[in-house]
Amino acid sequence: MDLALSIFFQVLVDGIVLGFMYALIALGYTMVYGVLEFINFAHSEIFVIGAFVGVEILLGFEASGSLAMLHPAFVLLVVLFAGMVISGLAAMALERVAYRPLRGAPRLVPLISAIGASFFLQDFIRLVESLWRNSFYLSYPTLPSLEKSLKIGSAVEVPIKSVLVIATALVMLLALHLFVNRTRVGIAIRAVAQDPETASLMGIPVDRIIALTFFVGGAMGGVAGVLFGLHYSLINPYSGFVPGLKAFTAAVLGGIGNIPGAVLGGIVLGLVEAFAASYLSILTNGAFGAEYKDVFAFAILILILIFRPKGLLGEKVREEGV
Amino acid sequence: MKKGERMKRWFVHIGLIGYIGLTCALVFYFPQSVLAFLLFEASLLLIYYAALPRTTKLFFAAVALVLLMPLLGIVNGYYLEVAIQVGIFVALALGLNIVVGFVGLLNLGFVAFYAIGAYLWAIFGSAHANEFLPGAHFPLAPSWFFVFLFLSVLVGALTGVLLGLPVLRLRGDYLAIVTLGFAEVVRALVNNLDKPINLTNGPKGISPIRRPPLFFQPILELLGLKLDAAVLYPLYFYFLVLLMVLLVILVARRLEGSPVGRAWKAIREDEIAAAVMGIPVVRMKLLAFAVGASFAAAIGVLFAAKQVFINPESFTFMESIGVLAMVILGGMGSIPGAILGATAVTILNLQLLKGLSLWLNTLRQSGIILALPLLGSFDLSQIPAQFEPAKYERMVFGLILILMMIFRPQGILPPRRSEVKSDGAA
Repeated sequence: MDLALSIFFQVLVDGIVLGFMYALIALGYTMVYGVLEFINFAHSEIFVIGAFVGVEILLGFEASGSLAMLHPAFVLLVVLFAGMVISGLAAMALERVAYRPLRGAPRLVPLISAIGASFFLQDFIRLVESLWRNSFYLSYPTLPSLEKSLKIGSAVEVPIKSVLVIATALVMLLALHLFVNRTRVGIAIRAVAQDPETASLMGIPVDRIIALTFFVGGAMGGVAGVLFGLHYSLINPYSGFVPGLKAFTAAVLGGIGNIPGAVLGGIVLGLVEAFAASYLSILTNGAFGAEYKDVFAFAILILILIFRPKGLLGEKVREEGV
Repeated sequence: MKKGERMKRWFVHIGLIGYIGLTCALVFYFPQSVLAFLLFEASLLLIYYAALPRTTKLFFAAVALVLLMPLLGIVNGYYLEVAIQVGIFVALALGLNIVVGFVGLLNLGFVAFYAIGAYLWAIFGSAHANEFLPGAHFPLAPSWFFVFLFLSVLVGALTGVLLGLPVLRLRGDYLAIVTLGFAEVVRALVNNLDKPINLTNGPKGISPIRRPPLFFQPILELLGLKLDAAVLYPLYFYFLVLLMVLLVILVARRLEGSPVGRAWKAIREDEIAAAVMGIPVVRMKLLAFAVGASFAAAIGVLFAAKQVFINPESFTFMESIGVLAMVILGGMGSIPGAILGATAVTILNLQLLKGLSLWLNTLRQSGIILALPLLGSFDLSQIPAQFEPAKYERMVFGLILILMMIFRPQGILPPRRSEVKSDGAA
């Protein structure tokens, strides 16, 4: 039991970090679902694009020798901003090429196109990195100032990396909250989510609002990608699949289409996963271990969909009669 | 008029025979040429499109598949391997076509049922079952293979119903994600159930798995045919797969025209209207899930026996999407479409992309330096070693899915509509 107690705080921090990461990715799923009632299956690759943009910029800084000279805060801002913008633009391009021509088609048609886009993008990233670096398994260069830990009290240490993830995620979530609730464009997004036809009658350019929603969701995913790279270091073109599926689970858990729900779902899922990974082996005397953490996430998804498909906070999207 | 028709038919006959004969000769004389074999494979498509009566077409197809293909397989064993793989994927695509094409349920976890069938035979058809069962009764005798083929149909149907019961009330896109989650859970279990009880041997996989018995060997010997096991087994599996594909086609065709098949299509077109007309929607969906799953499980048994070794790597999400891409390419709900789609995609992956990879490799080693106008010179050995077209299956699947959805969602060979005749029942 001593071991269980001594790792408790560590696990809690890991779970919260994971949870905020899922929350940021889940926002992309949930916002797009809000306006289009459609699962953007390729969102996990938008997240990976963010991670790769981050590593490319950091490796560029490193190669030019300026990584050590520049202020770490500046480097982080540049990397996060670039990941955000490029992922957002990639999501917009994806919508334009693979989804917009299919608007109005039966439900499964855009979903299949999105699955195709997901697979295509995975190998496209692989192709680009193979031609450019002759390898597609990349690792983030270490930033010395991120390798330290904050000491709270005598026993508890929180790595700076975790603080960075949590702080960035909180800033992004606050910004999104203000954007969606306080700006005219944000109101337009919510109007389209409620009823696209009426919104268009009110003079809202629905197509542009949908593109913008993809940009905002993609930008959140891009930030999550950079944070993922900074925190876990190793990335490859296929690293998005599992986090993407879990973030989707988080979105469903919180109630898909519901922005606060996505955040809540992400954090709940992150905590469940972290605790399952660490405590399962202690509780079962080593019979089952951390390798079952994915099973937990998917089991939660299946159970939620069966017993409470509206999610924890309920569904805010419209019910379509057709 | 009638004479002209007869002349035309003679031309078609002679043309077909000439084409098949020519491509066969090409494969015989150039056993290494991918192109020759592709041309031969195209003859099946030609037969399908030829303006001939059905029985004649069936006769031609039978000659090509039962006689010529095995002969070419003896010339170059790799072609037989390709043909077996094509057959396996054709059968899988036909199974998925029932679920996705007939009923319109997007099942992204189809490969899970395939894995269940494969592991069923792998565990009991190898010595592995001794790990967790007392005594040393395993591996089972080869003839149990056929028992397990039937057993897998039952187990597949049962797991299909067990998964279907809770999830079939969900809307289409949720169903897709849940089936995907289910497949990932199955894969995680297969990957990790080497402890506390070693059920699956984890990532290391299981081998050697028993192959079906060579019960016909005495007959062959009576006929004076002595074939080496290395030739005999591929031929054997080829015919087993061919038989299974025929069986699956037969079942799918019979189901399509039956009241069940019509109910499925009614559900696909409009679920609410179907329910109003008195179709038991959930039961029909469950049936489709069960039929698709039992096809996949039976093919899994065959796959395990053919491979002799299986591990979780063969049952990834990519396989599910690959089979989906086959169904979509051919045309959802179309039996000839599923066959064409599976054949085209498998050949593309196994032959064209691999051929391209080999060709790039020879270019790399050739040391040729290309002098391009305006662009300067390019040393071919500089082509990055990581760039291998054969490794880009996902890109192929992805492109197929996107392009088909945007430009031809009904597929290459869309199902013929309104072919159902009213039986004249008053």
